[in-house]
Amino acid sequence: MGKLEGKVAFITGAARGQGRSHAVRLAQEGADIIAVDLCSQIDTVPYPMATAEDLQQTVKEVEALDRRIVASEADVRSLPALQQAVRDGVAQLGRLDIVLANAGIAPMGAEEDPSVSWQDVIDVNLTGVWNTVRATETVLVEQGQGGAIVLTSSTAGLKGIGGDSGGGQGYTAAKHGVVGLMRSFANTLAPHRIRVNTIHPTGVNTPMVVNEFMQTWLAEDPTIAGAMTNLLPVEMIEAVDISNAIVFLVSDDGRYVTGVTLPVDAGFTAK
Amino acid sequence: MAGRVEGKVAFITGAARNQGRSHALRLAQEGADIIAVDIAGPVESIQMYPPATEEDLAETVRQVEALDRRIVATKADVRDSGALKAAVDDGVAQLGRLDIVLGNAGVFEIQPALELTDDAWREMIDINLTGVWNTCKAALPHLVEGGRGGAIVLTSSTAGLKGTPNTIHYTAAKHGVVGIMRTLANEFAAHSIRVNSVHPTGVDTVMIQNQKTWGLFAPDDPAPSREKAEPIFQSTNALPIPWVEPVDISNAILFLVSDEARYITGVTLPVDAGYTVQ
Repeated sequence: MGKLEGKVAFITGAARGQGRSHAVRLAQEGADIIAVDLCSQIDTVPYPMATAEDLQQTVKEVEALDRRIVASEADVRSLPALQQAVRDGVAQLGRLDIVLANAGIAPMGAEEDPSVSWQDVIDVNLTGVWNTVRATETVLVEQGQGGAIVLTSSTAGLKGIGGDSGGGQGYTAAKHGVVGLMRSFANTLAPHRIRVNTIHPTGVNTPMVVNEFMQTWLAEDPTIAGAMTNLLPVEMIEAVDISNAIVFLVSDDGRYVTGVTLPVDAGFTAK
Repeated sequence: MAGRVEGKVAFITGAARNQGRSHALRLAQEGADIIAVDIAGPVESIQMYPPATEEDLAETVRQVEALDRRIVATKADVRDSGALKAAVDDGVAQLGRLDIVLGNAGVFEIQPALELTDDAWREMIDINLTGVWNTCKAALPHLVEGGRGGAIVLTSSTAGLKGTPNTIHYTAAKHGVVGIMRTLANEFAAHSIRVNSVHPTGVDTVMIQNQKTWGLFAPDDPAPSREKAEPIFQSTNALPIPWVEPVDISNAILFLVSDEARYITGVTLPVDAGYTVQ
C-alpha cells in the first residue's frame, strides 16, 4: 500500500522536469493528480519551455501507473485560471490533499531589458506560488481534513546566488520570497492542520538547468560556476531526489513537520 | 519488499527507551541491525524524571530481536569516549559494518539560569554536547574505512534553534550540536558521509511528562498534571497538537538516513509542529 493511497495532489509546472517527476512519484504512492502547466514560451526565458506534448507525456506516465490525472494548460500568473483547473480537478477526482507549487522559470544572464526579465520571474516564481496557494487553500480548509503544501524554492532562496542580471536577481528575490509565503501560510493554515514547507534544491538534472543557454551562462562566469559547487561529490542531483523529499513531507511520515525550509542540495547551503 | 535501510548497521546512543528505542525499532523494521548503547543508570544533576535502566535496554534488545534483526547492546556513558569506542568497535566486529549513526542520548532539566550550579552546567554540557561529539568520534573512523559513505543524524531540539527561559545549559548544548553537525557535514562530505540534525518539539516521553515540567507552565498550581499541561504545550506549537510521538522523530530520521535523502546534508530539520515558525 502506497504512502499516499486515496489522496489527490495538485501540481503546477507538471509537464516535465521536477513537476513530472513529482506527479509520477506521488502516483506510485497511490495519489491521483491534478496537473497544470503553461505549455508555452515566455519571451524573456532563453531556453525552450515545456510544451503540450510534454504535458501529454506526464498524463501517459501517470495513467500507466493506473492512477487518474486531470491535466490542463494554465498560467500560474492567472489566479482565475488556477481556480478553474482546481475546480475541474476536484470535481473529477473528488478531493484535494496535497499542493505542490513547483512551476518556475530561470531567465538568468543576457537580457534585452533587465526590468522585463525581473518582472517575469517575480510574476511566475513568486506571485505564481501565491496564486497556487490561494487557489487551493479554501478547498483544503472546507474539506476539513488537513493537507500538505510544498513550495519549491531553491538554494537561491537561502543564499545570494544567481548572478547580477535582472532575471537572476529576480530569481533570487522570488525564491527568498517563497520562504516568506511559506512561513506566513504555515502559521495561518496550522489551525486547519494544513502543513506548509519549502524545498530548496541545488542544480537538478532537468531541461531548466541542462540546456545550451544555462551551460553558456555558467561557462562565461567562473565565479558563478564556482559558487555552484556542491559539498557532496555530486555535480547535479536528479528530479526524483526532490520528489522523494516531497513524498516524506506530504505523507504521514511528516505529519508534524511544518514551517520548515528543507534543502535537498548536497550540502550547498552548508558550505 | 526490501526495507529502506536493508543490510545496514546503525549505532544509536540512548537506545534503552523513548526516542532511542523507537529509532532502533523503526530502523530494524526497515532492515537494519543495531549497535545500541545507553547509560542505563542515573545522572546526578537530573532529578525531574527517573533514569533509564538496564531492564529498559534489555527490553530494546528483546523488541529488536523480535523483528528478526541483530542487536549488540552495551551499557555505556556517552561522556566516556573510551567506552563508546569499545562499544562501537565491538558492534562493528560482530555485525560487520557501520552505515548510520544516531547521536540521540541526552538529558533535560529545568533550572532558572542563576540557580544553576557549576556542576549541573558541566554535567549537561558533558552529556548533551561533548557526548554527541564523542559519539561521532567513535563512529567516524568506521564510516570512513567502510568507504561506502554514511549518514549521521544528531538529535538537537527546538532549543537548538530558539532560546527559551530556564534551560540555559540545555539550550546552549543543543545549539552546540548544530555546530558539530555543520562542521562534520563539511569535513566529511568528500567521503559521502552526510550529517544532519533533527529538532523535535516536545515528545510524549517521561522527559517532558513529569511534575516539574508540568509545573513550569503552571507555577501557581499545587497539583500540576499532564491534562492541565496539555493546552499550554499546545500553545507552543502552530499545529493544534500538544506534543509529537517518538515515532515521528524516527520517521524523519529514517528518511534522512535512507537513500531517499542521499543528497541531503548539513540540514537542520525541525519536527516540531510549527514550534519554530510560530
